[in-house]
Amino acid sequence: MAEIHVDVRGETCPVPLVEMRKAVKRAEQGDIIEITGDNPASKKEIPMAAEALALEIMSIEENEKIWKIKILK
Amino acid sequence: MSDKTTIIVQSGDMDKIYSALIVSNGALAMGMETSLFFTFWGLLRLKKGGLEKGPLSKMHFLGLGKIMMLKRMRKSNVASLERLMADFKELGGKIIACEMTMDIMGLEREDLREELIDEYGAVGTYIQEARNSAITLFI
Repeated sequence: MAEIHVDVRGETCPVPLVEMRKAVKRAEQGDIIEITGDNPASKKEIPMAAEALALEIMSIEENEKIWKIKILK
Repeated sequence: MSDKTTIIVQSGDMDKIYSALIVSNGALAMGMETSLFFTFWGLLRLKKGGLEKGPLSKMHFLGLGKIMMLKRMRKSNVASLERLMADFKELGGKIIACEMTMDIMGLEREDLREELIDEYGAVGTYIQEARNSAITLFI
């Protein structure tokens, strides 16, 4: 079980969603994908996408406009 | 209704190609199957070296408007059309090229970026894709 880090700070629509999806595709079952970004819409939409992909959202944190979302594949 | 998005890309305008690729990348990222049917002016964007060549649909001003818009887009860190296209293919997006448009425009397969194109077809191919789609758009 690996932890995969995806940094999309500074990226805008649709790149954070796309990079999340690419990482999920490459990950193995049981891997944790942590996405770090600062695009406000993506903080809402990445969990929506994770839900649509039937993945578990482990945590959503935000600190000084930088958010981190952890997803379990 | 299956979880599928099908988009007719009829316009070759830069901003509309952006709309098509952003919506389709979003659909793929959210777990949908996605097909883009390139026809008429849209098909010209599949010519070799053609993807970024479209004019702005409004305020093009002989290319000046497009330069200004691209500057602002770079400043906002918007991905290039080439990058969006590469992501679209990587996430399994399907591209269909309209054969009738190829006839009208005198385009052969070797004039197009064949490595991006999954299928060559006509209206029947679009309908087969669209009838099973929850989202269909004409751009």
